[in-house]
Amino acid sequence: MEEINYPDHGQFFSGHVACGGCVEALSLRVILNTVGVDAVAVVPPSCTAVICGGYPFSSVKIPVFHSTLESSAASASGVKRALLAKGKPDTTVLCLAGDGGTYDIGLQALSSAAERNEDILYICFDNEGYMNTGGQKSSSTPLSAVTGSTPAGKTTRKKNLIEILAAHRIPMIATASPSDLNDLAAKVEKAKGIRGTKVIIVLIPCLPGWGVADNAAVQTARLGVETGVFPLFEVEDGVKYTMSSGKKNKPVEEYLKVQKRYRHLSDEDIAAIQADVDEEWGRLTSRASASRPG
Amino acid sequence: MPEAQDQSNRLLLSGNHAVSWGVKLARPDVTPVYPITPQTPILEKLTDFQSEGTFDAEVLTPESEHSAMAACISASLTGARVFTATSSQGIMLMHELLHYASGARAPIVMFNVNRTVGSPWGFWPDQLDSLAQRDTGWIQIYSETPQESLDTVIQAFRIAEAAALPAMVCHDAFYVSHSVEEVEVPSQDLVNNFLPAYEPEICLDTGIGKSFGAPVDQANWNRSRQEMAGAMATVEDIVNSTGQQWGTVTSRGYGALEHYRAADAEVVIVTMGSMCGTVREVVDTLRDDGIAAGLLKVRLFRPLPTQSLRQALAGVPCALVLDRNYSPGMGGVLHQELKSALFGMTDSPRLHGILAGVGGVNVPPSKIRHLVSQFREAEPSVESVWME
Repeated sequence: MEEINYPDHGQFFSGHVACGGCVEALSLRVILNTVGVDAVAVVPPSCTAVICGGYPFSSVKIPVFHSTLESSAASASGVKRALLAKGKPDTTVLCLAGDGGTYDIGLQALSSAAERNEDILYICFDNEGYMNTGGQKSSSTPLSAVTGSTPAGKTTRKKNLIEILAAHRIPMIATASPSDLNDLAAKVEKAKGIRGTKVIIVLIPCLPGWGVADNAAVQTARLGVETGVFPLFEVEDGVKYTMSSGKKNKPVEEYLKVQKRYRHLSDEDIAAIQADVDEEWGRLTSRASASRPG
Repeated sequence: MPEAQDQSNRLLLSGNHAVSWGVKLARPDVTPVYPITPQTPILEKLTDFQSEGTFDAEVLTPESEHSAMAACISASLTGARVFTATSSQGIMLMHELLHYASGARAPIVMFNVNRTVGSPWGFWPDQLDSLAQRDTGWIQIYSETPQESLDTVIQAFRIAEAAALPAMVCHDAFYVSHSVEEVEVPSQDLVNNFLPAYEPEICLDTGIGKSFGAPVDQANWNRSRQEMAGAMATVEDIVNSTGQQWGTVTSRGYGALEHYRAADAEVVIVTMGSMCGTVREVVDTLRDDGIAAGLLKVRLFRPLPTQSLRQALAGVPCALVLDRNYSPGMGGVLHQELKSALFGMTDSPRLHGILAGVGGVNVPPSKIRHLVSQFREAEPSVESVWME
């Protein structure tokens, strides 16, 4: 068992209102403590907004601006530029958004911030749907997943946001998982030291939204990594791909079968998903091989 | 004459470039802007100033007016003085965030060039774009000339920062935005004395573990709007005192309302923006013909100076409201506002609302003279009527 190793500066308080067993709160604790005290957060409507808390409480120690849903990256840009004007270039400006606010309604503002290479750290807690509004489909929802607005299963695939962001040639894009918290902390630490737009997408198995047991979110996230459904990797400057974890040693069925949103799948459906994951994995690892020097 | 005036410059400027000169003198820290006709010359002049090294604001060029306003709000809450400019579809796209800005009590200054809103497409002077934002909690001031636009945009920072409310200043597309006149550009020293640096007591910054805009319960939401109402109630006095102080240092004073030959008038024409210039000329010729006409210029539209409007029009026999806008199903917005402001007065004028200049159609002096003769003795109708 890996020991979780990150500095706890008390940047995230207990008593917040995340669902019991939610790994978004766990990830948030690691991220906020790694980012440290010299930081300002922008939080659009999302589970994170609820976890951060309503007036007059706050579960996070750093100042938070609650933005509108579609404007987190633009709002973070505004905070950053104001801090630059005030002679505070080193303060980390961080977005804590969900996948609806990132893949869907916030994509236009995020693309523009990335094009301007604004000096912000954008964290997307990707629970693959609008879980804070009760579990509807977003463009991050994977093929076949049942949601409140796709009761027979989604008929199209998950948007590949990483490739869209890579096309912007921003300095750093990474995936991370609450199953690998040291890796998450290392990626946040690395992003802190880079000027420009950094995006980290964290897979968040949603207990009610995915139909996962209350004690199984970390295990589900780990299966996501180990089956290759959600590989952990980094993309630097849009071209240099590096695998954070080189293994893909389990069939996707193990990941799918622990989630109620997939329980309608036939053997053929699962085989098709396996083929798709294998193909994506091959594409990703060959990019990573091609990125290695020599 | 104050000494500072000797260092002012007289330049030939369009209305939009006059705005850019005023903004430069106001020294904003952050300026997010998105281009749109006919606002773009404001943006381009500011980026010219930036490239020549005389304007050191952080300039953001995001992908939309929506993101521009989003950046304005967060930068303002971070303690920066913020400016942006827009027009027409742009201010419409901002609508959600205009509410957000005032609710957050962010004293952003925005210049809006009044232009028709599609569909159909048009590029013509019409004030519905900003009038349709009247419920968003922004201070709204309408300017008549390039000089007034320069003077007002500087005053707007002081007004917005004093009231902790965002302020928009508006002028008409082309009639003001692109018309060129000699404009007195005050010295930087004069403006520095008039408009000290923006230093809010509290802002979004490290060391202050505050949340801005977090969800609140019903009572606190209600309280936020009552506090905004309290701030709005201070604005008319701030506009008047700021305009007077500007007058003492530049010899060009301004008020929430402005009167031209209106003191003893039997017929008062009420309007906003560039049409005021035409009305001044009409008032003079009507006076030459023995008709006691006057102009009441509504410079401050939000908050509406209700009590001052009642005082200005008490005992006046007849008033004509000229609206360069049309609210479908209701009529002219200024006409509607005037009816509301004058409610219950026993000595209110016979009030006529005329939809004049909607969509940018020309309203020459001859038309206004005709309207005066058409309506001066007529019984008023509660509905606005279209100018023939």
